[in-house]
Amino acid sequence: MTDAYDYSKPFEERARVSLEDGQMRGIVGLAVDRNNSGRARSMTSLRDPEAVRELGARVRDFNISHLDQHLERLAETWTEAGGEIFFAQTAEEAASYVVSVAKKSGATKAVKSKSMVTEEIGLNEALTEAGIEPIETDLGQYIVQLAGEPPSHIVAPSVHKSKEQVTDLFSLTGGEQLENDADVLTEFARNRQRPSFLSAGVGISGVNMAVADEGTLCLVTNEGNGRLCTSMPPVHIAVMGMERVVWDFDQLAVILSLLGRGNTGQKLSQYTSLLHGPKRSAEVDGPTESHLVIIDNKRSNLLGTRYQSALRCIRCGACLNICPVFRQVSGYAYDPVYSGPIGAVITPLLKGVENAGELAHASTLCGACTSVCPVKIPLHDLLLYIRQDFAPHTSPTERAAYKAWSLAWSKQWGFALTKRAGLVLGRVTGGRPLRRLYLPLMSRWTKGRYFPGFPGGKHRPRP
Amino acid sequence: MPSHQDRSRRVTLFPTCLGTLLFPGASAAAERVLEAAGATVTSVEEDLCCGQPAWNSGHVKDALRVAERALDALAEAEEIVACSGSCTAMVSHYWVELFEGTPRAAEAERVARRTHEFSSYVAGELGVDNLGPLKTSRPRRVAYHDSCHMLRGLGISDEPRRLLAAVEGLEIQGLTAQDRCCGFGGTFSIRFPELSSAMADEKVDDVTEHEAEELVASDLGCLMQICGRARARSHDFSCRYIAEVLDEAMPQRIQ
Repeated sequence: MTDAYDYSKPFEERARVSLEDGQMRGIVGLAVDRNNSGRARSMTSLRDPEAVRELGARVRDFNISHLDQHLERLAETWTEAGGEIFFAQTAEEAASYVVSVAKKSGATKAVKSKSMVTEEIGLNEALTEAGIEPIETDLGQYIVQLAGEPPSHIVAPSVHKSKEQVTDLFSLTGGEQLENDADVLTEFARNRQRPSFLSAGVGISGVNMAVADEGTLCLVTNEGNGRLCTSMPPVHIAVMGMERVVWDFDQLAVILSLLGRGNTGQKLSQYTSLLHGPKRSAEVDGPTESHLVIIDNKRSNLLGTRYQSALRCIRCGACLNICPVFRQVSGYAYDPVYSGPIGAVITPLLKGVENAGELAHASTLCGACTSVCPVKIPLHDLLLYIRQDFAPHTSPTERAAYKAWSLAWSKQWGFALTKRAGLVLGRVTGGRPLRRLYLPLMSRWTKGRYFPGFPGGKHRPRP
Repeated sequence: MPSHQDRSRRVTLFPTCLGTLLFPGASAAAERVLEAAGATVTSVEEDLCCGQPAWNSGHVKDALRVAERALDALAEAEEIVACSGSCTAMVSHYWVELFEGTPRAAEAERVARRTHEFSSYVAGELGVDNLGPLKTSRPRRVAYHDSCHMLRGLGISDEPRRLLAAVEGLEIQGLTAQDRCCGFGGTFSIRFPELSSAMADEKVDDVTEHEAEELVASDLGCLMQICGRARARSHDFSCRYIAEVLDEAMPQRIQ
């Protein structure tokens, strides 16, 4: 289905694909509503939710403004714990490092727990090309992998799929018709995945938060697959964006209390794993090698700019769920990796505003995203800033139109001219609302809406 | 007749560009309500726009050019009341950013501080009691729509509801998603017409499912959007700017 989305075309075209898919809009609408009410309810279980959000924002600001010290310390502590560390400047560097570690270990299969940053660096493609089969083990991510699709939501990868669609997909995969029942489907996925955990030479995971002063990686999941990925195979490779670091466990506690609430409305996710390097000599379980890959991929460009607060993000997905645009168009309309308001902010910043800045227009600037962000990223303001940086790259027509408009309306006679035109039109049309109006811009307005018409009459209160 | 001790409050009414061009009745009603509540309403000589269409599209210079004329006209005003939550947010919040670094930054900041949204000004500054007993001649069930910039940008949600609650004969109907954006978003509605209309559909459905006969809002843009879509789908609920609702229900109108 993702073939229908053409990423060389403008956002409007992709949005149209989603708008025509009534079934998907229904499924996504229900799912985000559920997450929204869960988030709202769980936030009230904090004594002072606003204070915790404020604290979360400050913690993240502290981490980002001391990022160099955090990462230096993390490198020390992780190495002391017996882990290996690799700083990747680019997506390609990161992917090729992971591939080389996997190859060296002789692995032919890699089990993965859900990680958006591995989507960002195109890791599955790189592994496949190198002859290593990536196996997604998060249920939602497993579904989209089988369907040959990217995740459509940063937390809920297959949120756009119905149970019926999953039943069909699994039945096709397994070669026998399965019952349309959640337990049956979960059992099917579990039975297919269990052997992989045992046979895979490498386990790959993301990192929800690294704790710099402890040399510890925190991973949260709801299915326990993350725990299996990071402890069963002999080699574990964790991949993280360079901003995903806190200083100590106190700070981690603040972030964890917001993360679960923000994404699924849970006070805490089902599994919270703390990983501290490879297994020690006296330990039975755990990998013998632990690699941590820290990715820049243009993130450092945001430091010291008005976009720095975007690095606070803890990838909870609350802004996607609340966004009135996302609920209509779903994830694929944005970009294959990061979608929703945070995606519309960071995609242009990571790919270049001149290339992807248009995404910032995929918002009414309603501010719902900002109002729910657990770390108080001013998302609607960042969207506005990207629009400002993107303005010189908009079409010559758009720029000329705004200039003409502003030259006209910066003079009273110019505005009066618009008013006069309205009066004339109003006289012609009898002041009635208009179904279709074939004038520039107005023709787009009346695509789905009546135009209120030009009623004429008193335009200003009396002097 | 309510006492008008506060006649000394001189208010400059900012009808906004949408009000000036498309909804002259809205600002006319706002003027009468403000007068009835005890303010002396004066008017600016020119037709103004706050610059928001260009600002929201990222064209800062173009926004500045248009906003400068509005600043010229409003600079001397004691208090400014705008017939829109969105334009109020633009002036009171974003003008500071827009004029930052220009010679007129201080002036813009002063105007920003003095600019109020209509319903919050009537309910909060003048007092709804001043309007006298409000009673509508058309008892009906109305729903109120929060505009995004007013709700989240200015933090105003209580005041317009207090005003509506003061009108005898109105039954106030809540909506399922009353704080969800209607899809207007200024130029967003032109940039992505189908998407914008799909967003309006949810709002239209919300209103009709609750059997509200009228949708009231404090932003003309939202009303234009929701009502325009409702009409295209042949729904017959009416849309009204909040000042018009109050105006109709006032004991005596000041003509």
